[in-house]
Amino acid sequence: MVTAAAIWDALAEIPDPEIPVISLVDLGVIRNVDVSQQRVRIEFTPTFLGCPALEVMKGAMEERVRALGGEPEVDVVLDDSWSTDRITPAGREKLRAAGFAPPAAREAAPPKLIQLQSQAFRCPYCGSTDTKLENIFGPTPCRSLRYCTSCRQPFEQFKTI
Amino acid sequence: MSERATQLLQIADDELILGWRDSEWTGIAPNLEEDVAFSSIAQNEIGHARALYELAARDLGTTADELAFDRSPDEYRCAGLVEHRFADDWARTIARHWLYEAADAVRLEALKASDDAEVAGLAAKIDREEVYHRMHAEMWADRLRDEPRFREAVDELWPQALALLPEDQRGTLATRLDLPSNSLLQGERGDHSEELTSLWEEMTMVRRSVPGAAW
Repeated sequence: MVTAAAIWDALAEIPDPEIPVISLVDLGVIRNVDVSQQRVRIEFTPTFLGCPALEVMKGAMEERVRALGGEPEVDVVLDDSWSTDRITPAGREKLRAAGFAPPAAREAAPPKLIQLQSQAFRCPYCGSTDTKLENIFGPTPCRSLRYCTSCRQPFEQFKTI
Repeated sequence: MSERATQLLQIADDELILGWRDSEWTGIAPNLEEDVAFSSIAQNEIGHARALYELAARDLGTTADELAFDRSPDEYRCAGLVEHRFADDWARTIARHWLYEAADAVRLEALKASDDAEVAGLAAKIDREEVYHRMHAEMWADRLRDEPRFREAVDELWPQALALLPEDQRGTLATRLDLPSNSLLQGERGDHSEELTSLWEEMTMVRRSVPGAAW
């Protein structure tokens, strides 16, 4: 008999396909797990809609559920319930340790260019805030590129959404 | 077709075709940072199209892929503004980007206030991502503001930008951009150009090569 706790444990082992240091549970994209006999229904919220990893994440979840003897049903929730604020504290620390600056907290008003151009962002390598915006976009839609003037290292900054 | 499905398809088609046009800059943008930025914006627009098609597909009993690729060119509901091939003309590309993002913001604000919770929820999600597209467009518009080629491109494309929006939203866009609200519309939905046909030929080429295949 498959349990919700076992499913959560299994999902916590699935790495993000783009940034494998962090798991889907760390990323906060699993909104709910509902087990009814063999049937396992997972509510999954996409991060960025343009993220190429969404299908891979869905496939990996289905595979893990089947390995535990369950019949997976992954419901993709297309609403505004995911935010970068849902990344767990452990997830944020794993990101930072891997050289990705975690996202700033979401504010009531949408972020502005002038905020991105400010020195409010900390270098994940040396901790300096003497950093500048290089590009609003990066290797994936979720990240910006910054440069640390202090340790002369470029780094990727998670966008806040 | 329901009003909701029609509305979703219009926006999805705008985003897909514009995303496709933006992707033509991959590898030929004026500098590497723009290659990265424009490719990322293109990817995001196509992602928005996918989500909108998925919602429409549930209503229409089909799939997002079938809506995106298995219709004939005259069935697309995109506006003329997104159809033009501007790869190699940066002034026009940025003028379109700036006008489109401003119009899209007006449209998304209205959708976020919709009584339809699914439409409002998806619009809110898309809007959070579009914030970064708008920042990028504004940054470039500021840089090119005094450049005659950019100004001319804005004037040329403005009647097509107005045609993106339903009538009751056009005044808001004109006020925000300080452009005339009484311009005669051009490139209205359904008036497709030859440019859409050639884009469609290329976009659906692989899928049409093996009809009905599971990819």
